[in-house]
Amino acid sequence: MSLIEVRNVTKIFGADPKAMLTKVKAGMGKDELLAETGHTLGLHDVSLSIEKGEIFVIMGLSGSGKSTLIRHFNRLIDPTDGAIVIDGTDIMTLPTRDLEQFRRQKLSMVFQRFGLLPHRTVLDNVAYGLELRGIARAQRHETAMEWIDAVGLSGYENQYPSQLSGGMQQRVGLARALASNAEILLMDEAFSALDPLIRSQMQDQLIELQARLHKTIVFITHDLDEALRIGDRIAILKDGVLCQVGTPPEILLQPADDYVRAFVRDVNRARALSVDVVMQPPALRLTTENLDHALEEMRRVGESYGYVVERDRYRGVVTQEAIEDAIKAPGNDSLYDIAVETPHFGPETVIEHVLPATLESDWPVPVVGPDGSLAGVVSRSDMGQILGRDEEEAEPDDDAGDGKDEPARRQVGRDVAGAA
Amino acid sequence: MTSIFFDIGQPIRKATNDFVDFLVVDYGDFFEAVSNSILSVLVSLERVLRDAPPWLVLIVIGLIAYGASRRAGLSIAMVVATWFIGALGLWEQAMQTIAIMLVSVLLAIVIGIPIGVSAARSNRFRAIVNPVLDLMQTIPSFVYLIPAAMLFGLGKVPAILATVIYATPPLIRLTDLGIRQVDVEVVEAARAFGATRWQILKGVQIPLALPSIMQGINQTMMMALAMVVIASMIGARGVGETVLLGLQRNDSGTGLIGGIAIVVLAIVFDRISQSFGDRLQAYRKVHH
Repeated sequence: MSLIEVRNVTKIFGADPKAMLTKVKAGMGKDELLAETGHTLGLHDVSLSIEKGEIFVIMGLSGSGKSTLIRHFNRLIDPTDGAIVIDGTDIMTLPTRDLEQFRRQKLSMVFQRFGLLPHRTVLDNVAYGLELRGIARAQRHETAMEWIDAVGLSGYENQYPSQLSGGMQQRVGLARALASNAEILLMDEAFSALDPLIRSQMQDQLIELQARLHKTIVFITHDLDEALRIGDRIAILKDGVLCQVGTPPEILLQPADDYVRAFVRDVNRARALSVDVVMQPPALRLTTENLDHALEEMRRVGESYGYVVERDRYRGVVTQEAIEDAIKAPGNDSLYDIAVETPHFGPETVIEHVLPATLESDWPVPVVGPDGSLAGVVSRSDMGQILGRDEEEAEPDDDAGDGKDEPARRQVGRDVAGAA
Repeated sequence: MTSIFFDIGQPIRKATNDFVDFLVVDYGDFFEAVSNSILSVLVSLERVLRDAPPWLVLIVIGLIAYGASRRAGLSIAMVVATWFIGALGLWEQAMQTIAIMLVSVLLAIVIGIPIGVSAARSNRFRAIVNPVLDLMQTIPSFVYLIPAAMLFGLGKVPAILATVIYATPPLIRLTDLGIRQVDVEVVEAARAFGATRWQILKGVQIPLALPSIMQGINQTMMMALAMVVIASMIGARGVGETVLLGLQRNDSGTGLIGGIAIVVLAIVFDRISQSFGDRLQAYRKVHH
């Protein structure tokens, strides 16, 4: 069972939400409901499962209901209908006192505008969750100091929030959330108020911390690039309705409807996707050491190059020409020795980093797994296909090499490489 | 002669008088007990202030001013201002006024802050309280001084009552406003971390509303001082009495001296409470 289960949650804002529920269930839309009854449909029949240890991103534009949805997880907002089950507990059944206890133990939260207590120092802000849990002063300060250190704010612990920059304040917010040691971290547009550069630093820091802590993170954002960068899975909300839930490549490459398609149109895929999404099996995998056998194989397949693999480990690329030269030359060369080690990349590398090498290389660029095996290869045309799906979709700065103008682009790639 | 006006005034007049008579006859003991407890606090405070040698009072005022502001200049100015009242020949009266004012302000705080907090939490309660506050601030004091004098007798206690009725509304309003203006995201953060309502009130809302609440206390002090002349009319002693004497004897000089003393007292209380309020929110002033 998933850690967080949201079951058929509907939220209606207004004077008499319960009465409006039947109308909504009968199919009345958001605009109609607002025009006829003055009630706002915040969420409509949303169901989600969030697994332990994942970063689950809920994304949508303003008014999509994403901030409303995240506030249901700790019942800052109660649903009009539906259930929220966290770790087996239906939190709707909790009386106030148990709910407060539940919030202290299970969930912590980071806010868009930080939500720090302005009259408390950084140290006391970070220790706040522990203080509510009744942990003694000395001990909570010790724990708080560790987390202040972990987010890189040592030396600032006696400052007040107003003395810090936005990015530093949000690190205090993050440290406060982490210090409570709750299993679930709710992040409501946590990085949206920050400068782009600071935002990307914070994203890196979050990913880094998550690799160590394995929390379950529910992250709200309106920025698709951010969602794709940090999310293990992404849910897209529109007008309180869930459009699609999927991994970043699924969202980008198989949008469920026109809304998601329009949404992902402007995404820089070169930055959002990793090479394992585009890579193909190599045309020719040479596993023999024998030069003659290799040449034979090459002629049979009709390729002028091949990828040399020695006992599942990638060794390099050889061309037909090189094998022929080696056979003619004296000495008993092994295929492994004449394989040329060309640039290769891990499967998690984003396409953007692989692109120059692909353009420069005469053959598809090999992708090598962490165990050293040849996972696949990426060719210029693979790149072209994924980046240039639709002419009008491609970004002007996308260095996409699609079929037509490939030679020209290749030339540019070479020139750049030559200059470097 | 027939009139378009029904006579509503007469029944109200009669009902009110009957009600006051009823209170006086049936609950006289209760009101006396309330009166006595307030009086005992007031009398002992007054005795302390009047019995203490003036130099000691001046030193204490200097220390309080310094404690509140951490500014030597301001503290010295406050001591000089208070000395000036003594030099006007109104030391005794000033001590009486200070005693009445402090007790009134204390009562106003005890009553006003909880009502202000409740008003901030409930729109319904606020809708009930607001017109009552309007009434308290606009109705002429003499209207409630008549029954108050009947219930508590002439003297200090009805004076304190009148002062509290007049001076509490700004504190209630500013407490309400201050708590409503606390950043909702900060309150939400406290809730999200599992704070109880009381923890939110005590640890977040009241500390963050403190500038506003302090402003309310300051206003209460100023309005309490504005009441001293009226209070003296029902027998409260103090600088108000000096003004009243000037009025009764057609003695402009005495009236002016009393008036100056009230203004100087107002300045002393205002400066000390304002700088204390400023220091409480020092965290707002520091910027990188």
